[in-house]
Amino acid sequence: MTSQASLPVTTGLPEFENRSNQQTKYTTCYMCACRCGIKVTVEDNQVRFIQGNPNHPINKGVLCAKGNSGIMKQLSPAKLSKPLLRKPGTERGAGEFEEISWAQALDMLEQRLARIRATDPNKLAYFTGRDQMQALTGMWASQFGTLNWAAHGGFCSVNMAAGGLYTMGHAFWEFGDPDWDNTKYFMMWGVAEDHSSNPIKLGLKKLKERGAKFVAVNPVRTGYQAIADEWVAIRPGTDAIFALSMVQVLLKHRLVDEEFLIRYTNAPQLVVNTPGQKGDGLFFRGQSGQPQVWDLVKQQFVDANLPDISPALFGEFEMPDGTPVRTAMSIMLDKYMDPQYAPENAAKECGVAAEDIERIALEMAQVAFKESITLDIEWTDWAGRKQDKFIGRPVSMHAMRGISAHSNGFQTCRAIHLLQVMLGTIDCPGGHLAKPPFPKHVPPGIKPAKVSAPNTPLKSPPLGFPTCPEDLVIDADGNPLRIDKAYSWDAPISCHGLMHMVISNAVKGDPYKIDTLMLFMANMAWNSSMNTAQTIEMLCAKEADGEYKIPFIVCSDAFNSEMVAYSDLVLPDTTYLERYDTISMLDRPISEPHAACDSVRIPVIAPDRDVLSWQEVMVELAGRLGFPAFTDQAGERRYTDYKDFIVNFEKEPGIGFLAGYRGKDGDKSLRGEPNPRQWEAYEENEGFFEHHLAPNQRYMRHANRDYLELAKEAGWVGSTDQILIELYSEKLQTFRLAGQGLYDGPMPTEEHHKERLVKYFDPLPFYYMPLEEQRIDRDKYPFHAVNQRPMFMYHSWDSQNAWLRQIMSQNYLFMNRVAAEKQGIEDLSWVWVESHNGKIRVQVKLMEGSNEQTVWTWNAIAKRGGAWGLADDANEATDGFLMNHLISELLPQKGDKVDRVTNSDPVTGQAAWYDLRVSISPAAPGETGTWPSFGALKPQPNAKSSPQMLSYSSHENVNLVRPMSDILTRGEK
Amino acid sequence: MKLGLVVDLDTCVGCHGCATACKQWNTSGTIGPLSDKDPYGRDPNGAWLNRIRTYEVGDTPNSKTVNMPMSCMHCDNAACVTVCPTGASYKREEDGIVLVDQDKCMGCNLCSWACPYGARELDPHQGTMKKCTLCVDRIYDERLPKGERQPACVLTCPTKSRVFGDFDDPDSEVSRLARERGGKQLMPELGYNPVNTYLPPRNKKQQAAYETSGRSVKDTVKQWVNKVIAR
Repeated sequence: MTSQASLPVTTGLPEFENRSNQQTKYTTCYMCACRCGIKVTVEDNQVRFIQGNPNHPINKGVLCAKGNSGIMKQLSPAKLSKPLLRKPGTERGAGEFEEISWAQALDMLEQRLARIRATDPNKLAYFTGRDQMQALTGMWASQFGTLNWAAHGGFCSVNMAAGGLYTMGHAFWEFGDPDWDNTKYFMMWGVAEDHSSNPIKLGLKKLKERGAKFVAVNPVRTGYQAIADEWVAIRPGTDAIFALSMVQVLLKHRLVDEEFLIRYTNAPQLVVNTPGQKGDGLFFRGQSGQPQVWDLVKQQFVDANLPDISPALFGEFEMPDGTPVRTAMSIMLDKYMDPQYAPENAAKECGVAAEDIERIALEMAQVAFKESITLDIEWTDWAGRKQDKFIGRPVSMHAMRGISAHSNGFQTCRAIHLLQVMLGTIDCPGGHLAKPPFPKHVPPGIKPAKVSAPNTPLKSPPLGFPTCPEDLVIDADGNPLRIDKAYSWDAPISCHGLMHMVISNAVKGDPYKIDTLMLFMANMAWNSSMNTAQTIEMLCAKEADGEYKIPFIVCSDAFNSEMVAYSDLVLPDTTYLERYDTISMLDRPISEPHAACDSVRIPVIAPDRDVLSWQEVMVELAGRLGFPAFTDQAGERRYTDYKDFIVNFEKEPGIGFLAGYRGKDGDKSLRGEPNPRQWEAYEENEGFFEHHLAPNQRYMRHANRDYLELAKEAGWVGSTDQILIELYSEKLQTFRLAGQGLYDGPMPTEEHHKERLVKYFDPLPFYYMPLEEQRIDRDKYPFHAVNQRPMFMYHSWDSQNAWLRQIMSQNYLFMNRVAAEKQGIEDLSWVWVESHNGKIRVQVKLMEGSNEQTVWTWNAIAKRGGAWGLADDANEATDGFLMNHLISELLPQKGDKVDRVTNSDPVTGQAAWYDLRVSISPAAPGETGTWPSFGALKPQPNAKSSPQMLSYSSHENVNLVRPMSDILTRGEK
Repeated sequence: MKLGLVVDLDTCVGCHGCATACKQWNTSGTIGPLSDKDPYGRDPNGAWLNRIRTYEVGDTPNSKTVNMPMSCMHCDNAACVTVCPTGASYKREEDGIVLVDQDKCMGCNLCSWACPYGARELDPHQGTMKKCTLCVDRIYDERLPKGERQPACVLTCPTKSRVFGDFDDPDSEVSRLARERGGKQLMPELGYNPVNTYLPPRNKKQQAAYETSGRSVKDTVKQWVNKVIAR
């Protein structure tokens, strides 16, 4: 907002709007995953204007291109209007559906699910896409009793979530933000347009106004990189070696925050150093079971968690029984001072010049240590000691998809956090700030469920945080128990599941077959799958007896997506403007660093179709199936609908989905008994709730007693113990020991699993070449191929949007001009792009701002004709292309046992979308057009045909007439 | 008054938020509807009052990416007004906003040919000329909260790269920004004296590096000695 004073009234303006016919309503945007507050002006059940809510903590009044296009989402001709059943006798993909009633649809689903639940609940695989209601869907799956549930995190950002949660109990985006108000040096790693759309833009503006330095590390100079002070055109997948080389520079000059390391991390803890023996790499624990440190004053081993001790940060010692131990920091010194990480060697791998690596590290050191800031606020540390100030080391970072989507993303994310910690920049003024309910203890104390039984809820959620091999979800023989093989030796800490493996595994019956696949908001028949063409074949694959290999597919979607055509039962969802929804404190809420916040969606438009929100369907089915949490002792339904469930469900006394306006009178925050008027209270408060932290609770929350007490009261953490940052992960080491055959517990039997554990479960972050690159001929496929979505579409799963598709309806393969000239490839020519998995023909566009070894494209622009209300010859259908065809869900095939292994991070199972390597060759003369091409899908039954011309207005436009007198007196002026 | 916009090219990330906000407000606004031809078909193309153009300047490896939002500049000497044969295009005396009276426009396109900034677009359905109104239907509306009496593009800009105000008032934010940041007109040599002003990218921030004495890795490790630091 500018400070512009209001203008003097000009007379003679007509009444442009009939305000008496308009209502203003507040809800939460869902054009992407950013969750901005919106203020919607409605007239005659039509949207007049959607604007950012100026009071909202996330977007503070601004709104992006997606949010401003909500009207066109609401107007989409692809909206589904009734439940659909695939016509008997027709094939999947034919798009032949009959409309049925909700009663029929729900009865049919209830019967099928009841049978599965009563026999083998794991035969239901329930996976959700870009939803943000995992607290509800996860609970539903637990109550159903299936292990086979996850959301889309496994192919999106689990590396970032796990990397952070296993290191410091928070992470980027939903878990933490740069301190935009105080940071003086900001480094953005990789594609970052994906998460936190408007807050990052607001933050960048603040940096620029303040003269903070903005460094962008990205192979491609688009988007935010355009305004960076420095662009580091790194080679994809090598960020870890860049980060760790900077760590070496800091160590070389002893520019690390030793006080921070000693007080807040496990760097001084003593690690057993007996390679090849059991117990190697685990902490030396005392009688109390606590890890030990060497106290420099007392000259003895003491429990590491005690206050007022003086731990040695470096050194090698002997346990009383003579076992050698050394501090975790000493191991780090050894590891990161290795010549591998010397700038001159790192430069060869990552393409960043050695002098730049050295300089950037020293610039950050300068800001952290010479330009630190002090906030004179008294606070109490975890041990009850008064502190008189917060010291800020104003260097901050952000990383998301660009780091996440590589098979070395987990360790790379940890490497970035290591760099942040070495500089002492965690949760301090100007640094990287956690957002409530984070930080949590490392990692959060939920273990994944392992046992499934008929008609029985799981004992814990299907997803959790393993800390040792005993937590894996495998049978006695070591075989995966989940359909996506999450928490198996393939990907032991796959905390978000592996949605990208479900269809492939289910069709192969590896590890077993399923009965029903239930999808919500996930376009697995198109851009959300790796290997799209073959995935489509898999969805249609049949057994010898003619039965589909995946017998029944249910999908819920608001629109006629590509997935609809491949489903048997389609449940039409509402749009975001038509539904009740919660962005819950039990999930990853909308909190800001200094305020715990959550929010709701409240319908602003009445649906004109026979649709039900998936939230309602979940609660309805839970009641029908008699889930214990949804029924009373007499077996009667406990909740009439979603709204009722949200108000009255309590996870533990006083804790529900919404943290605001609790208590009988709505005057309690964070914890309090149910408030029957809670929805109304949210509505009255513009759709959100904020609990501001007191100044003494705002920083160093991993060790801040006043904050930790609040967090415990609110149910965010289980204890007020210090949240110790784990630079050295003993938890990872237990898996490595299992790989070495040195673990007292489950151990893998296959050699390739052993090798993976030994190599990748390094307790300290390290760099390794992404897995696809390791298994292909790098000379044959010399280019990296990555993709991103444009800012005006990121996380918006309906780019059929009539306005947004005018900004882009065709994608090209972008290539650095110099690299292209070397190959004789001309601008706008057609080329073949080939990977180990297949080839595509696409049109090239040359550019300057791209790493020379990298080609890239805008993702998910391509669509199938007929889907999304698009014409058969829409540009998306005829000219756009998916890079997905080149990406396999399995590692490159070499005829070994690894052939069966997922193309994912070996630690977390994160889909390795960005590991792709390709060759580029000019198409033959006359070879033009995108290949492969796919036939058009059918529009949904009774679809209104897409208009040839759209002239939207929510009321009759009022023209401002130029008076004839003005023409006469001023003429043409 | 001389109303117009300041656009900050130092912070514009090319997100297109201003473009769709403009489309959204104005399709139901006084200049609307802003029609879209083949909205779900091949080569969809509608009337927009504000478009973002992105350019690369310089060659690899020293290229720079610049995002350039473009809408009507509300020129002091507006050629589009001069050429209008019906009097539909005019520049308001009281505030300098250039408008098109939709009742008088016959869609002859002369004005769009005259405009060097590409700021006018013919509505494919109505056949009349559409252009930025500076949200004349918002900025004077006393029923809107004061802070919202802004053009929709300014209200929404996520990097706050757009500022609206009176260039006749030397104390206004737009005048101050134009003065302090070296604001530039686009193609001033053409003589149309555009009111909208662009702020050029700032000089890159130079950050001092920590001064170190050169040392080898080997030396460093030897020098690591424990300091007594209480936990």
